[in-house]
Amino acid sequence: MDIDILTNFFFMAVIAATPLLFGTLGEILTQKSGSINLGVEGMMFMGASIGLSASYFYEFYAGDGTIGYIALGLAVIFGFLAGALGGFIYSVLTVTFRANQNVTGLALTIFGIGVGNLIGDLLSTHAHGFTSSTEATRRVVANVGIPFLRDIPILGRMLFSYNMMVYFAIIMALLLMWFLNKTRVGLNLRAVGESPSTADAVGINVTKYKYLAASIGGGICGLGGMVISMVDNSGTWVFNCVAGRGWIAVALVIFAAWKPSRAIFGAILFGGLSVLRLYFPLDGVPAQVYDIVPYAATIFALVLTSIRKSKESAQPKACGTNYFREER
Amino acid sequence: MENKKTKSKVLVNHPDYKEHQEPWIRMVKIDSVPRGIPLLVRVSALLGAMLTGAIIILAMGSNPILVYISMITESLGSASVLRETIRIAIPLLITGLGIALAFKMRFWNIGAEGQIIAGGVAASYFALFWNGYLPYPMLLIVMFIAAVVAGGLWGMIPAIFKAKWNTNETLFTLMLNYIALEGLRYLQYGPWRDPRAFGFPIISPFPAEARLPTLFGVHIGWIIALLLVVLVHIYMKKSKQGYEISVVGESVQTARYAGINVNLVYLRTMFISGAIAGITGYVTVAGANGTISEEFTGGVGFTAITVAWLAKLNPVAMIIISCFLAILDKGSGPLVNSFGIPSSVAGIITGLFLFFMLGSEFFLNYRLVFRKKEGNRE
Repeated sequence: MDIDILTNFFFMAVIAATPLLFGTLGEILTQKSGSINLGVEGMMFMGASIGLSASYFYEFYAGDGTIGYIALGLAVIFGFLAGALGGFIYSVLTVTFRANQNVTGLALTIFGIGVGNLIGDLLSTHAHGFTSSTEATRRVVANVGIPFLRDIPILGRMLFSYNMMVYFAIIMALLLMWFLNKTRVGLNLRAVGESPSTADAVGINVTKYKYLAASIGGGICGLGGMVISMVDNSGTWVFNCVAGRGWIAVALVIFAAWKPSRAIFGAILFGGLSVLRLYFPLDGVPAQVYDIVPYAATIFALVLTSIRKSKESAQPKACGTNYFREER
Repeated sequence: MENKKTKSKVLVNHPDYKEHQEPWIRMVKIDSVPRGIPLLVRVSALLGAMLTGAIIILAMGSNPILVYISMITESLGSASVLRETIRIAIPLLITGLGIALAFKMRFWNIGAEGQIIAGGVAASYFALFWNGYLPYPMLLIVMFIAAVVAGGLWGMIPAIFKAKWNTNETLFTLMLNYIALEGLRYLQYGPWRDPRAFGFPIISPFPAEARLPTLFGVHIGWIIALLLVVLVHIYMKKSKQGYEISVVGESVQTARYAGINVNLVYLRTMFISGAIAGITGYVTVAGANGTISEEFTGGVGFTAITVAWLAKLNPVAMIIISCFLAILDKGSGPLVNSFGIPSSVAGIITGLFLFFMLGSEFFLNYRLVFRKKEGNRE
């Protein structure tokens, strides 16, 4: 098999993995605090449209003086804030008002898809057709890679030639891994997710932890949406552009057994599966077989965890139930 | 600080000691609410959602009152739009009934979407390939049975794993949605693709024999839905099996102690829950659409979860909630022509409505207690 096809395939798998990885990391952080937020799809939509509008309006007013880094930076900040707003709404309802977590997450999905498509439509109308990043922004967003290293044959293409959001996602995963396993605050957070009453008893502010985890987690999900609109679609709003990737991220959380390190490989695997048929079409195998694999693998992982009764790779125990101190 | 006197000196002098005082505000669970309060709370939530929606509409440069009036007239104003609204409400109501049974036993069935697809596909199989072999009403009846069985079996899969290994059902049912969807896509793009559709990947329309009859201009799915409301209500409130569902929902331990076969209740209830979702698939393909496609569920399986929950799993209340969501959906469609507001605004208003309703439940379950003045020191 041609080595170029293989490296290209790997490259495209990583590109497809990036939004998934952000979504997964955000949801891991959220679930580690004992909240299962099924609104990832909605928060990604919010991040996608609001991140895009920040960059669009900056470019609109800066005109020829557009600096690509500022446009992308604004998209990152506003994409994050939009997702964080979704996570915050979720926290208000589930932590303070103790609404059912599953239902609140679904409501957030409905709301977020509405917000995303509405803002996207309005942006397209404002741009008289469709939005598009300016040349300056595109240069920053497109494959920049790491100078010199990217010129190494094969490895350069496979490891060092991505846009900066890809590296941002991987750094984020490593940071989250370090945070959850090596820091005091991360340990506290896991305690809240496993047993809020115990955490409360030792003086951890359960409410604060849950709010922050869901809001920051939502922000990270929002970044995933922003990558879709700003990087993958080069600043063009495509109706329904998130297209179910938020749900794949929820699946990935299970597949990765709530571990950020495994999420990196899981995201590349799932991303790879989504582009696999373009590179290696098998005769007689319908496209849907490729598409079904991530979900089937997730179910397999889920069942295996439950058979082995593995506490290590199971969902944080408090997920799905809201904590009420006087009801211990 | 005169309070110190009453406490042990050792404790007070400890460096970690902090003066604890009653929090400024705290909450207490309440057992019963006075009559009328639930209605008041819900109406306030509805007004809150409408006000917030009004701000968003204002921000887009339209008059919210005119927009709301237009939404009402475009969904209820004439017989033809009213029929359309009812057509949207039917699948929400039926699916919500199925979900309520599962939720009542605290089995978080997020998989109605997949169960609808399973039912729809099974019904379509008979509609597409058995026409001519079965006399007129028989075909529709066989389609119905096929949808019930397929939806029920699809719903039972996660229950089997839950019973045997306590596998998390929220995530399992969620994943099964996508497996069912890909299965349907396979049929649509593969073996069931209509060769006469000029290359378009669509499934051919059903023959007339496989279409539900209409009554008052709407397919008889609405009668099926209302019948199901009565049946599910009786099943939940009056039958022994319904009682077992509530006991399992309250506490699995209690249920076991009382001699209830919990695993059997899981399997049986999820079969019924999935079967009802399968009926949604049936009325959608045989009634509303007259064929099946990858988008035929329209996300009903997810929206219906909110219907069931907001109605507090009460079948009669689900009629109101599903009609309300249908009004929002139908009413927002034409806004783009009259006000230039994209129809995606329906999602925002629906979301706001759900947020406010979910938040307002709190005031039915908890009471806020403020710190008394005397509690304030200094």
